[in-house]
Amino acid sequence: MSTTLGLYNYWIVIFLMMVGFYVVIAHGNLIKKVVGLNIFQTSVFILYITMGKVDGGAAPILDDAVTAYSNPLPHVLILTAIVVGVATTALALALIVRIKEAYGTVEEEEIHSQDESL
Amino acid sequence: MIASNLPALQVVIPLLAAPLAVMLRRGNHAWLWAQLVCIAALVVSFALLQTVMSDGPISYEMGGWAPPWGIEYYVDAVNAFVLLIVSAIATIVMLAARTSVAAEIAQDKQSLFYTAYLLCLAGLLGITITGDAFNVFVFLEISSLSTYILVSLGRDRRALTAAFQYLIMGTIGATFILIGVGMLYMSTGTLNMLDLAARLDPLSESRTVQAAFAFLAVGISLKLALFPLHLWLPNAYAFAPSVASAFLAATATKVAVYVMLRFFFTIFGVDLSFEVMPLGFTLKVLALLAIFAGSAVAIYQDNVKRLLAYSSVAQIGYMILGISFASATGLTATILHLFNHAMMKGGLFLALAAVFYRTGGVSVAHFRGLGKTMPWTMLAVVIGGLSLIGVPLTVGFISKWYLVLAALEQDLWPIAMLVLAGSLLAVIYVWKLVEAAYFQTPDSEAGAMVREAPLSLLIPTWILIVANIYFGIDTSLTVGVAQTAAASLLGIGG
Repeated sequence: MSTTLGLYNYWIVIFLMMVGFYVVIAHGNLIKKVVGLNIFQTSVFILYITMGKVDGGAAPILDDAVTAYSNPLPHVLILTAIVVGVATTALALALIVRIKEAYGTVEEEEIHSQDESL
Repeated sequence: MIASNLPALQVVIPLLAAPLAVMLRRGNHAWLWAQLVCIAALVVSFALLQTVMSDGPISYEMGGWAPPWGIEYYVDAVNAFVLLIVSAIATIVMLAARTSVAAEIAQDKQSLFYTAYLLCLAGLLGITITGDAFNVFVFLEISSLSTYILVSLGRDRRALTAAFQYLIMGTIGATFILIGVGMLYMSTGTLNMLDLAARLDPLSESRTVQAAFAFLAVGISLKLALFPLHLWLPNAYAFAPSVASAFLAATATKVAVYVMLRFFFTIFGVDLSFEVMPLGFTLKVLALLAIFAGSAVAIYQDNVKRLLAYSSVAQIGYMILGISFASATGLTATILHLFNHAMMKGGLFLALAAVFYRTGGVSVAHFRGLGKTMPWTMLAVVIGGLSLIGVPLTVGFISKWYLVLAALEQDLWPIAMLVLAGSLLAVIYVWKLVEAAYFQTPDSEAGAMVREAPLSLLIPTWILIVANIYFGIDTSLTVGVAQTAAASLLGIGG
């Protein structure tokens, strides 16, 4: 299989990674930053899941008829990372709620200008 | 039974104790509980260090699954020493927490503060003790998430934005580490650190391994606030509650430096890190920039907590400079400075907690005349400051001495001169505080009426300050451990 098309999962990973990273950096809206961060993390989840693929491998459930299995370990690892991602998102959103209460806005520039005028 | 399970207990005790602290509700009860847990962690890490120094490294099979399949806890001289630093600082800072937290954090949130503190401690100890690369990421996130909570509990509303900014940058750093670990798993099929080290040996030309190296280098540098990735640090330290600043400044970045040592020396090995990849040169340049930029910005700060935070950026530069030499003396300097800087910054930030407790602020103006009204606190600041500069008879001198030795060993005398020049910048920002405290008079009547800080804050501050002098004079313990640790890092990796 050609390396360009055959590895299309990895191209998706790189695309999502860059999109997520760009959104985190370029957007001043705190919610959008969290969205970007989530896209960025999701790209890494796909990277791990792709890594577990074995050519011709079956689902990793023990069966006498099957000789080749997909590698289940990356899936297990990424379950942990997904939980971490959920916790991070929850905490980030909680902080945004508090920031909105304290400043009345979730736009980074407005927050900065309020702090400087103190 | 207990002795053989010490490595597990080190992490499990604070981890399980944290949710119990929420249930205690009352701030004082939660404090007492957290204090007991910190002392237990300290006892465990002391016992671990003693075992390692007498019997050599400990390998612990988590849940009875043999490595490299199961998660292994691996304790050698390097991380036993870091474990001791983290749990000792946690215990001493906790002594001061009761008074300071009662003044700075609302009654109903105090038990939450102690919970986050214990979780952070569990995370930091976990990162340090584990021998599994993926486990590092998990514990890193436990400690980071609880750190964001600690920072956001600060009284100023800017604590919230500081915590958010830290969360964004911290998560990006952790995700970079996750990508790096994933690529290592891709090319070797293992996550156990020692197993990785053995399997990476013939793979140093692999593009995947080199990319993993780059991702890990950036991710870890973000976590340890290496210049220019330090932007989250000043605000986080400046607006966090005083005791949280003291705890984080003395431990969090140190643990990240340890992770860097582990990955670059134990896992990748000196050959890959310093011969194939240009790590030595990159780190030297960034470390020197950190020393000068950090110190120069510190001079212009008005908020003293921010001043010390920028000084931390510079001090991290010294640690990284030690790593960049890739020699036994350089690593000894780095490991020594891990310990010494924890003593200095812990002591200084606790002294700031005392100043905040009495004057209600920590700008330079609040320091005016404190030399008369709070003599013991200010004496602590002066000694801590001298140690930051690196004056003989303080611990700061010992680490700078080894750093200069390491530079001269490789005939890099310009770098030795730059290290000394960096110390002169430290003189300027420390002098700012001394001038305000001893040679200026308070702005207002109220300022002249300030009393000395209560003993509950003074005692922990002075424990750390006395340690600054004690370990500056009697260096046999710290230098001995640091040299053993440096040798074991180079031994496994080289």
